[in-house]
Amino acid sequence: MTGVTGALGAVLQVAVIAVGSPYLVGAMRQVRARLEGRAGPDVAQPWRDLRKLLRKESLTPHGTSEVFRLTPAVLVASTVLVAAVAPFLTTASPLDPVADLFAVVALLTLGTVALALAGIDTGTAFGGMGASREMTITALVEPTLLVAIFALSVPVGSTNLGAIVNSTLHDPARVVSPVSLLAAVALAVAIIAETGRLPVDNPSTHLELTMVHEAMVLEYAGPDLALVEWASAMRLTVFLGLLANLFAPWGIATGSGLAGLVLAVIVFAVKVGLLGLLLAVGEVFLAKLRLFRVPELLAGSFLLALLAVAASFFLA
Amino acid sequence: MGVARGLLRRIRATGRIAEPAPAAAPEGLPEGVGDLAGSVQVRHVDAGSCNGCEIEIGQAFGPVYDAERYGARLVASPRHADALLVTGPVTRNMAEPLRRTYEAVPGPKRVVAVGDCARNCGVFAGAYGVVGAVGDVVPVDVEVPGCPPPPDAIVAALRGLTGR
Repeated sequence: MTGVTGALGAVLQVAVIAVGSPYLVGAMRQVRARLEGRAGPDVAQPWRDLRKLLRKESLTPHGTSEVFRLTPAVLVASTVLVAAVAPFLTTASPLDPVADLFAVVALLTLGTVALALAGIDTGTAFGGMGASREMTITALVEPTLLVAIFALSVPVGSTNLGAIVNSTLHDPARVVSPVSLLAAVALAVAIIAETGRLPVDNPSTHLELTMVHEAMVLEYAGPDLALVEWASAMRLTVFLGLLANLFAPWGIATGSGLAGLVLAVIVFAVKVGLLGLLLAVGEVFLAKLRLFRVPELLAGSFLLALLAVAASFFLA
Repeated sequence: MGVARGLLRRIRATGRIAEPAPAAAPEGLPEGVGDLAGSVQVRHVDAGSCNGCEIEIGQAFGPVYDAERYGARLVASPRHADALLVTGPVTRNMAEPLRRTYEAVPGPKRVVAVGDCARNCGVFAGAYGVVGAVGDVVPVDVEVPGCPPPPDAIVAALRGLTGR
């Protein structure tokens, strides 16, 4: 019975993230619009945009190779895989052994690298510039992601994300430990950088010279663009979901029982929604950092992650 | 911290400055509105404008007129666009870039000629550097008259495209 509900949970978390992530983006835009005194588009607007893009003509620029054509698929596939294996709704998923810290971070990096290669593949000045910036940021973000989550895995004795979540559920006092707090701050900064939010990248910029993520996708059109935008919405949800469940896993379904799964969906939506709200409100108060200041911020977050690992050995 | 508190007080004191949406349903939607229903990404092309229309377009997407609430959004690349918002008479140097921009937009696509110059060259008609109106270079679907057109006229034209 546990196996069946676990499998159902794995399917459900892919469905929830796939359907819900554009609504999260819409809600965050709505929050920003309200604070800026605008009325703003409603929360379903990202889905309307995606539906329209899927119906549009597909264009590939002259001189682009398979790299450019395959990237949207790689991006979506790697994100969907993470959405299926990581513990978002249930820890009893049959795919749980795959949800290793290194595997999940590597999958997410695969998407980032594919997009950077596609940016270079277009041969345009802005694509290459965006790719080079993205790689600068990624080179600093990936170690932080790994080390921050590694700090949590030390007391558990396993790098399996499901095991980390389970052990936090059984020992809630661990959440307020210095290890956990340091790791949470480091992970939050890394996630803001990786998902291209302020103050590292401005998701709504129109100035090519300040773009990072947008600059790499300038040449995508129609259904390909829909896949890229959908994947980046899902990546945002996945990262916020990981942050929520690693530090506040309560509400996640652990065993059999459909009621637990339904509760898990509601709690997950509330947790990710709250984090998204916090991010959107924070963005109103922030300006984009100068690009040369970004490595300082990320180096700071890496230092916090390193301190968290050190603390998890010495304070344990 | 002081800056953040000041900004928060400003946000609370200002509230919403977007004007209430005027009664919708502009009559006579251009045919084929169905395939873009509810979502139109707009790329603005300045083909030789005096920047009067640009100020009004900026206002149309600003907080007061807020065209984004009807599903229109300015984008940075013609590949992302569904509609081109072209301003000014088309100058010799901009005729080819305008044609290429039009070709870079994936179909189905629309062209909106904003302002008198874009419609019929306005005061620049017959000038030595002007090729012609926008309609002479790329097919135009919607025209917005005015010199410059008021933001609500631009918003009305965009609502005609989004159908909202």
